Amino acid sequence: MTTPKPASSPRQVLLEVRHLKKYFPIYKGLMRKVVNQVRAVDDVSFFVRQGETLGLVGESGCGKTTASRCILRALTPTSGEILFREADGTVTDLAKLDRRGLARFRPQMQMIFQDPFASLNPRMTIFDIVSEPLYVHGMRSRAERTEKVAELLRLVGLRPEYMQRYPHAFSGGQRQRIGIARALALRPRLVVADEPVSALDVSVQAQVLNLMLELQEALSLTYLFVAHDLSVVKHISDRVCVMYVGKIVETAPTLELFAAPRHPYTAALLAAVPVPDPQRRTAIQELPGEVASPANPPSGCYFHPRCQFAVERCRQESPQLEEIAPDHFVSCHRAAELSLPGAVSHV
Amino acid sequence: MNTGNPTPATPSTPLSEPAALDDALLITSQEEERVSVASNWTLVWWRFRKNKLAVFSAVLLIFLFTIVLAPDFFSTMDPETTDAKLAFIPIQRIHWFDEGKLRPWVPAVIGKRDPVTLRMVWTTDDTQKVYLRFFSAGYTYQLFGRFEANLHLVTALNPEDANRIHLLGTDRLGRDQWSRLAYATRISMTIGMISVILSVVLGLLLGGVSGYLGGLTDMFIQRLIELLQSLPTIPIWLALTAALPRTWSPERVFFAISIILALRGWTTLGREVRGRFLSLREEDFVLAAELAGASRWRIILHHMIPTFTSHIIATSTLAIPVMIVTETSLSFLGLGLRPPAISWGVMLQEAQNIQTLALAPWLMIPGLAVIIAVLAFNLVGDGLRDAADPYSH
Repeated sequence: MTTPKPASSPRQVLLEVRHLKKYFPIYKGLMRKVVNQVRAVDDVSFFVRQGETLGLVGESGCGKTTASRCILRALTPTSGEILFREADGTVTDLAKLDRRGLARFRPQMQMIFQDPFASLNPRMTIFDIVSEPLYVHGMRSRAERTEKVAELLRLVGLRPEYMQRYPHAFSGGQRQRIGIARALALRPRLVVADEPVSALDVSVQAQVLNLMLELQEALSLTYLFVAHDLSVVKHISDRVCVMYVGKIVETAPTLELFAAPRHPYTAALLAAVPVPDPQRRTAIQELPGEVASPANPPSGCYFHPRCQFAVERCRQESPQLEEIAPDHFVSCHRAAELSLPGAVSHV
Repeated sequence: MNTGNPTPATPSTPLSEPAALDDALLITSQEEERVSVASNWTLVWWRFRKNKLAVFSAVLLIFLFTIVLAPDFFSTMDPETTDAKLAFIPIQRIHWFDEGKLRPWVPAVIGKRDPVTLRMVWTTDDTQKVYLRFFSAGYTYQLFGRFEANLHLVTALNPEDANRIHLLGTDRLGRDQWSRLAYATRISMTIGMISVILSVVLGLLLGGVSGYLGGLTDMFIQRLIELLQSLPTIPIWLALTAALPRTWSPERVFFAISIILALRGWTTLGREVRGRFLSLREEDFVLAAELAGASRWRIILHHMIPTFTSHIIATSTLAIPVMIVTETSLSFLGLGLRPPAISWGVMLQEAQNIQTLALAPWLMIPGLAVIIAVLAFNLVGDGLRDAADPYSH
């Protein structure tokens, strides 16, 4: 299988993931015999260019969070490569590094969490939370850290006077800003945002998304944006990766993907987005069947049991990710012949 | 319960965001700011103090601990002084007023030998008054085993009456029960505390290792806990304490019994700590610290342990009464501490037969002390457990 190669582009590739796999063993019995494996991430390849936002979308349980945690090396991948380009141009495979080797890369990649309540230690003040990365990386002077934390809080739109408060004094949106401040403390080059707005009120979502866009501009950040909400992804991403049962089914520039999806699953996802138009009363085309189990995936293309375009070949042969247009990769045997509807412009 | 406490449930800030809200925030009252900067322990305290019964019990425990620290101050005479002639003196009730004036006294006791049974029969005589003084000099003793002191809570106004005050009566050997109770409180409370401290150390260590390392180590420790918990406790304790050499000094027996009690006591706590470690490992804020590059020790010491300290304290407080009751039962059966050590259980040994119960019911008073201490620990423990996690609503 070929990995998607970035087409000639002015921007350098910051992160390239090749054949990433993460299997979780299922144990049984007293002797903990491995009886099966959950293929949470099953041969995933993609790349993120410097300064862009790559949206990673899919239904719950499709492996997008697992993939993002493997990239941050919160989890150790079963196999595959995670190539990260440092500022001086050297490329390192993060998948092979141990705890000690990773220490150098920690400041360069940070994470924004989904749950603004669980991600802040309730027993620490905002100052302690935001300054911990600074302290761990050697900034021991309290005065220096106070100044830096004040700067970070201002950057995310909070008052520096808040820093002696505890997280319980803040609302969800404010907590998420604190989480962003912590993630930015070490000036990372890559920020992995794991559904950063899905736990927030809709009115607050837009504010946090816009803050993220402003910060990207100001600090030339690169985002890997994991989400299940397509409208959010469309708003923030330059390119989008669609995952289904641990595999990538389609990767394309955002507008192209929304206008002309080439994979039946992408088309189904787009069709499922509710349209805020009372005049449209067309019934939503629901996908038949259930999401395949990553512990027991179907043969051939994982999507074939639910695909209305499936042919005999789909049942037997697993499709490969292929570039059908510049920067547009699809994993479908019939990608070339199908003509699929895109999203309604409201999305 | 309305105590005027600000509850952390109300966020001090509205839900709208930056610019407009920032100005609104400037006007937040000081009261709200107090909640915003309240640490975890402050929140725990705010919650705990709402539970009046627990606060009352805590005050009671503080009182018991002052007795533990300085039992001599509370006693009226040396608890070891025996005088067979003064056996089975009943309780002398304190009278606070004498002829309309505040002048506390106890009635003197007069002994008469029963001509039939030849037993001494004591009666209190309200006409003979032994006057009392509070916070004054009595017999000298070593405070904390170091300083010489002679201050006592109660002494006789007239030094000649020093041996005529038995506030809780005397036992079979004529020992003053009030003074003995003070000493017993020290031993019984400390044995409970020490065994619980040992349990906490063992539980934190083994539970922590079990939860943090997981895998085979975890399995081994968990099976060990199951094994220990499945053993019938009373026979095991009986066997172990019976195995203690008779020749050991009371101090050695004391520590040996603490260890025996702790050997099983740690299992519950070990389970709890393991569970906390397992769930905390999955917490986002622990992952955030990990991604920030924090070392394992930093994560354990700064993020994991502070998160469950309050739970550990609550659980240990609830474990102390169990230890106290166990020690009392063992000593009562003659298998725990033995005289000359004085504990509640040892004192209750005096109240083992029906004859004593009928003739000298005051010898059961140590049982009351056990009940009070156990209830107080349980109520405080319950209050702490409810207050331990101020973020759950």
